[in-house]
Formats: sequence, structure tokens, C-alpha cells
Amino acid sequence: MAEDKTPGTRPAPPATAVRLTALTKDFGTVRAVDHAELAIQEGEFFSLLGPSGSGKSTLLRLIAGFERPTSGRVELAGRDVTALPPHRRDVHTVFQDYALFPHMTVEQNVGYALRVAGVRKDERRARAREALATVRLEDYGARRPAQLSGGQRQRVALARALVDRPGLLLLDEPLGALDLKLRQEMQTELKQIQRTTGITFLLVTHDQEEALTMSDRLAVLDGGRIAQTGPPQEIYDRPATAFVAGFVGVTNLVRGAAAQRLTGRPGTYSIRPERIRITPLDEWDRAGTGSPGERSVTGRITDIAHAGPHTRFRVRLDEGGDRLTVLRLNTSGSALPARADTPVRLAWDADDAYPVPS
Amino acid sequence: MPAGTSRTGARLRLAALLTPPLLWLGLAYLGSLAVLLLSAFWTTDSFTSDVVHIWNTDNFRTLLTDPVYRTITLRTLGVAVAVTLIDALLALPMAFFMARVASGRWRRALFVAVLMPLWAGYLVKAYAWRVMLGEHGLVNAVLAPLGLTGPGYGLPAAVLVLAYLWLPYMILPVFAALERLPTPHLEASADLGAGAWRTLRLVVLPAVRPALLAGSVFTFSLSLGDYLTVQIVGGRTQLLGNVIASQVTLDLPLAAALSAVPVVLVVCYLAAVRRAGALDSL
Repeated sequence: MAEDKTPGTRPAPPATAVRLTALTKDFGTVRAVDHAELAIQEGEFFSLLGPSGSGKSTLLRLIAGFERPTSGRVELAGRDVTALPPHRRDVHTVFQDYALFPHMTVEQNVGYALRVAGVRKDERRARAREALATVRLEDYGARRPAQLSGGQRQRVALARALVDRPGLLLLDEPLGALDLKLRQEMQTELKQIQRTTGITFLLVTHDQEEALTMSDRLAVLDGGRIAQTGPPQEIYDRPATAFVAGFVGVTNLVRGAAAQRLTGRPGTYSIRPERIRITPLDEWDRAGTGSPGERSVTGRITDIAHAGPHTRFRVRLDEGGDRLTVLRLNTSGSALPARADTPVRLAWDADDAYPVPS
Repeated sequence: MPAGTSRTGARLRLAALLTPPLLWLGLAYLGSLAVLLLSAFWTTDSFTSDVVHIWNTDNFRTLLTDPVYRTITLRTLGVAVAVTLIDALLALPMAFFMARVASGRWRRALFVAVLMPLWAGYLVKAYAWRVMLGEHGLVNAVLAPLGLTGPGYGLPAAVLVLAYLWLPYMILPVFAALERLPTPHLEASADLGAGAWRTLRLVVLPAVRPALLAGSVFTFSLSLGDYLTVQIVGGRTQLLGNVIASQVTLDLPLAAALSAVPVVLVVCYLAAVRRAGALDSL
């Protein structure tokens, strides 16, 4: 670990923290990771997003060194580490179940990496306390992991992984076991800790909202392959595949005859529910025709779900009988006088029907 | 049915369930121990070899003052400690391989290999070792090409055979503890920079320490009390067990006093182990 670890003095041009080249991992006949190509910049908050079984955890374990790839290469900070065991890699992991050592105190847990590295005891304690302070647990050093709540254990695991400022921090579904409120708090806190420390974070999650809100960039995994890599907005607005469109956020995927009817073109299209405007038919007719470049169809509401800030409508189209989901923000004075079976007109800009390869 | 009646019924059933084992424990087990201790305070008529029921502490005075008994006690203690250490050193890698490395079929095969000697008779195993340790036995035959000879009969042979006999009692609890050790703990240790030895010392050993201590209770106390192995392979070695056995017919009260020594040692050991926290999960 020869690189400089003082905050604020990282090299100006963003170096590559992680580079995966044609990385493949087979378990027997099952291919868990299939020719993954990935480059993560230093200081980035990067997420691997995918459903269970998509290979995201295996990818993480390959980077940490717990698994050896079947073929391909793992580089960390420009160095080929494919053949190195976990303890020779400048990487720490926050495990899903935290994996705190039960026979050690919180402070001993946090100081473990320093102890193994041969740091003197007093310095070890001081730095462990410092790391505990970053996760706001400075008074818990003498406790045992069993005496902590789930959220506190989570923070201890984070402090333990940050204590010697690794080049890369891997987080394996770290918030999965927490309840919603605590999870949202920790999301904010994780993001803040990442910003202040400048350490590259690689988060594995199946929660698309978590990945979208926290990451600088993310990769979406589908059946062991990386389906798309990019910033959240790009992934959301311009999904590379139908799978990405469906997995990241909610969307209306239209294909075949329905695509022809709704867009006038063949192929597969993703139309996000919030991009569709819904207007009761009588109101629409009073207002006259829509604007140029706009497409519209008529239908009837089949379902209304009020979800606090927004309302979700299901609409069955008159022509073809397809169903579309429409999301409408409940801004003030905008209540839609609509019940089930109200005839409505749906309209969207032609550009909002985004073509995805199927 | 009213609640009171049902509670009485439950009490009756509980009493019926517990009375036989408690009677057995109280009368047959603890009772015989009490009689043993009591007889240690009697004495033997040196002329007729009859037990004389006169209350005195001569036997214990003999034990404490006669250097022969002190030597034998220390030797027995040394054997028990040596057997325990050897078993711990053998059980750790063996149990680790069984619990964390071996796959299904290997694990089952090893499990049977560890357990099978427990199903064989004690005497059979001790005599098998006697044959193997003999002048023309297997041990010498194997060591001869290396220019070595086996230990023959004597104290080392007794330690060797005792270590063999009690090894399963050490492997089984250690195996169970290692199997319960969560894999992420090992991974976390490696992830934080620890190599295999550090992980063993800082994470694995603390996790199996209670199991090692529990296993050592068996190896230690069984070694203290054993008298047949040392008779069969120990040559002329004298340990507490075989001294007691030979005194039983000559001087029963002295034998009873002698047998209090391993009991006291085991109680002390249990107290030490308890302080170390190994019995918390019992």
C-alpha cells in the first residue's frame, strides 16, 4: 500500500480504480458472470444493479478476491490483481450480514485491519475511535457487536472497512437488512461519507431507487452480463435494452402491433408512465387538439391507485385493447376528476417513446 | 378441566418423569462416591488385611507426606496434560478439514473414521496397540527403514494410546464449533488484510476456544482416571489409576483416599474451565 492516503491529495486526472476485462466466472455449468467489461474511476460512487441471480454479488466477490475468475482479468489502481488473494488487495468489504467478529469489542473490530498491518496499539485505538466518529458511534467502542442494533452494526462494519482508507470500498447490499426509514438515512450518510473521504465506493444492490439516487454511475446486470453502464439519468432515459427499461424504474414496454399503433413505427419502445399526460376526454375536446409532435390515443381508466405524492392510472386503450400505466403528480389544484371507466385521452411527445433493442 | 387440577396433573407427570433418574443419580452415582470418600477415612489392619471402621485421616496423611504418591500424582497430571495438548493439536487441523474444506462424501467418510473407534471395545483397541507397539509389531516395522525404533512399552506408549483413545472427544466439539463459524467471518478477516495464520489466531481460535476447553474436559479427566491402558502398554509405569487398582485388594481405604486425588484434580480443572467461560453454552 504505497499510494498516498492523505485526503485531498489524490492525483488530478481521474485514474481507474477498477478495470475488469472479459471477466467470466462459471460455477459448474452455470455462468454467473459472462465477459464483464467495466472501468470505474477513482473517487466514483458506482453501483452494480440487478435482480437476484444476475451475478452482481459474484462480480463483487471476484473484485474482493473471494472467488477466482474462470477467465478474464481484474485490475485495481492499474495493477493486475487477478491472482492475488483477498488480503493482498487494497480493498475492503462491508458484508451483507456485517460479519463483525463476535468475540471482539467494537473498537477491536474497527481496529482489526490496523492490528493485522502491525500498527502500534495506541495509534490503532486512536484511529479506530476516529473511524467510529465518522459513523457517529464514538461512544460505543467498548461494546460487543451483540449489544448493538442492526443499524449500529452496519455503521461499525462501515467504520471497520474505512479505518485504513482502502483504495476501494465494496458494499454488498449493505442496507438490505434495515427498515425503510433507517435505510434512507444510511443512504444519505453513505453518500456523504463517500464524498468526504473521496474513496471509490462500489455498491451492489437490487434496489433500483437506491442505485439511482446514490450513484455517480451504475451498471445494470442481466443474467451475468452487463447490460448497460452509465449515469443514472442516462440509464433511466435511454435504456439500452428492454430489460434495463423494465428493471430501472417502471415503464410501458410496447412492441409489435402495439408499437405500430402507438408510435407509427415497428420495434420495441419504452414510454415512461410520468411522460404520458392523461386528460378526461370531454376536457380534451374543449381544449382543442394537441400540440405538433404529440401522439395521443383514447382509452378508459381501469384502475386508480393513490400513492401520496402521485396517482397511478391503468388505462385500457380503445384501439387494440393494450394497457398503459400513467403516473400523474398531485400538484395543487390539479386533481383529476376521474373514476374508473372515465374515457380519457393519453398524450406524449413522440420523442418520449424511446426505442429499445428487444 | 379446572386449571388447578391440570397443574397438579402436570406436577405429578413431571415427578413421575424425574424420580427414577434422580434416584439413580442420587443413590447409585453420588451415593457410591460418598461411600468411597467415607471409606477413605477408615483404616486397614496390616495383619489381617481387614478394613477397620475407625475414623482417622492417616490415609490422607500418607498421601501428602509419602513422596511416592506425590511423584505418581504429578506424573499422572503430566500424562493428562500431554494427552490433552496432543489431542488439541491433532483435532484442530482434522476438524478444520472436516468442517470447512472437505466436500460431502469426504466429510462423511472422515466422520465415520473418527466415530468408528468409539464403537469398538476399549480393551480391543488397547490390546491392538499393545500388539502394534511390541518388539516385532507394526510400529517398529514401519519405523525400521527410517533407522528409528518405536517407544516400546512405557510412559510414552501410555500417552500415545491415551491420546488415540480420547481423540474423538476432542474432534467432535471442535468440528461442531468450526462448522458453526460463519464463512463471512473468515472472509472479513482476509478482506481486512489477514493471512491464513493471522485469521487462525485472531478469528478461528477464539471461536473454537470454548469447544477446545469442552473437549479438554473429556481428554483430561478420562486420562486422569484411566488404569487399563497403562497396565496394557505402560510397562512398569505407575499412574494413579493403576496404583488405585492394585491397592483396592490390598488396602481399600488407602485406595479410596487415592481415588479422591483425580476427583479433586478434575473438580479444579472444571472450575478453571468454567472461569474461562467454556461451560456457558452447556
